[in-house]
Amino acid sequence: MNKNLNTKKILIEKPLKLDCGQTINNFPLAYETYGNLNDKKDNAILVFHALTGDQFVSGKNPLTNKDGWWSYAVGPGKAIDTEKYFVICANVIGGCMGSFGPSNLNPDTNKIYGTNFPVITINDMVNAQYNLLNFFKIEKLFAVMGGSMGGMQVLQFVSNFPNKAKVAIPIACTSNHSAQNIALNELGRQSIMADVNWLNGDYSNQNKNPNKGLSVARMAAHITYLSKNGLQEKFGRKLQERDDLKFSFDADFQIESYLRHQGSVFVDRFDANSYLYITRAMDYFDLIKEHGGNLSKAFAKTKTKFLVISFTSDWLYPTTENKEIVIALNAIGADVGFVEIESDKGHDSFLLNVPEFLNTLKDYINNSYLKN
Amino acid sequence: MKQEFKIISNFIEKNTRVLDVGCGDGTLMQHLKQNKEIDIRGIEISKNNIQKCFAKGLTVIEGDAEKDLIQFPDASFDCVILSQTLQAFLNPETVIKELLRVGKKAIVTVPNFGFWKVRLHLLTKGTMPITKNLPDEWYNTPNLHMCTIKDFYKFCHERDIKLNKALALHNEKTSSINELNLNIKNLSAELGIFLIGK
Repeated sequence: MNKNLNTKKILIEKPLKLDCGQTINNFPLAYETYGNLNDKKDNAILVFHALTGDQFVSGKNPLTNKDGWWSYAVGPGKAIDTEKYFVICANVIGGCMGSFGPSNLNPDTNKIYGTNFPVITINDMVNAQYNLLNFFKIEKLFAVMGGSMGGMQVLQFVSNFPNKAKVAIPIACTSNHSAQNIALNELGRQSIMADVNWLNGDYSNQNKNPNKGLSVARMAAHITYLSKNGLQEKFGRKLQERDDLKFSFDADFQIESYLRHQGSVFVDRFDANSYLYITRAMDYFDLIKEHGGNLSKAFAKTKTKFLVISFTSDWLYPTTENKEIVIALNAIGADVGFVEIESDKGHDSFLLNVPEFLNTLKDYINNSYLKN
Repeated sequence: MKQEFKIISNFIEKNTRVLDVGCGDGTLMQHLKQNKEIDIRGIEISKNNIQKCFAKGLTVIEGDAEKDLIQFPDASFDCVILSQTLQAFLNPETVIKELLRVGKKAIVTVPNFGFWKVRLHLLTKGTMPITKNLPDEWYNTPNLHMCTIKDFYKFCHERDIKLNKALALHNEKTSSINELNLNIKNLSAELGIFLIGK
């Protein structure tokens, strides 16, 4: 993993009972903050990251030297204005950016955990991050928000802690993974496991890296984050630095070259075992089942105000699945707003410069804060 | 402010839950929210309008009243408002049924196709009437099922829908509609405002 990464961490001493039955304690949770917590401590926003995200929401990511994953939305003067709000984001447990994960050293064996790391769930991730409230002495967050797996954490957070956030904004997500979602994640996992260097997850202890498998997993997943129209418009059948087909298996087409690039840069920043663990957590997520088949029950005790946002071209977490959350909230008379944003950028729309989305977010957040 | 909104506002009681169906840019919702202590939600089909609602701090759900009212449980609102939209639905009868399922009461306002100017326009010009309340041409109007005050009045009677209040609006003046003056109001009013219940 990224051993030289310089990041803030809290050590969580309190034992955390995981869904798999194991209990962990004295584990690190890496986080980053933006803006300042005001005296009333009523301006804190907890942002949850998606599958391959991390705590570096805005500014420069110190590992990749690129902009933080939600730079379009978070920063001074942006939709989530860090001159007004105190933004906290933590790396999920199971991750590889400083939080407790499979690339950590197991003190009992003095070896890297690998697949001996306990299987974690979205619920575990959220419970671990809840410790941040104590750490910052925040009684109630102004908002919790996130897209994709971040959105799942938003739903789980409100369900677990009904009175700890005033506003919740789950974006482009679902209350449980569809068969298609699970299938796509399994494709990624199998491609990692098929790499000879994966070594049943023990690669780090043997100084190997399943880069090819992880890279293919990323390439496949990346396609699911885009839309057919978006891909067609950007790449079409354009050729990569050549005038004609080469009658070989090189990257003739720009889309091939683009995907290979996405795969190759990903392996530099992500741990293959983390990819297995986090995708598993997403597949296991089922807030409906957790509440006896009735999603409304997950939110029965909450007064949190919701805004659900989906995107027209998102086929990974389509509008219908986001709407199920809205319906469940309406069934109990919760305060819920919903909008489907027009965009051809697919699931990734929430990470990109989609002005209608960013304006909606900004208006909603600022208005909700005003009514404090 | 529109007289229509003032009347709607008078129909709504304090501390109630209200749903504005086809809430547009949220003008009515905002007015009600400021003047009444109510919990108000909106449902709106236009994304552009929804954004305007969010900018006003209103809680709105994107949706089509003909398909999406189904998500609300029975009697989940004290009052449901449908302002000048009934005529734009494919199936107004189903929408009315849904309004009265979701709401304990409903306020429905109808642009009156029986208004004398409308009739005169059709009579003298022989083309589809264009008035203040019906500003579009026949080929681009969103209105599919125009009706008159009398039509709606009769509809309620035939369907055993209780007409708690029926008001006629003309030139910012309101008057009540009853069995006796129905034909006159149907000629003289631009808008009918009905408070209905089961």
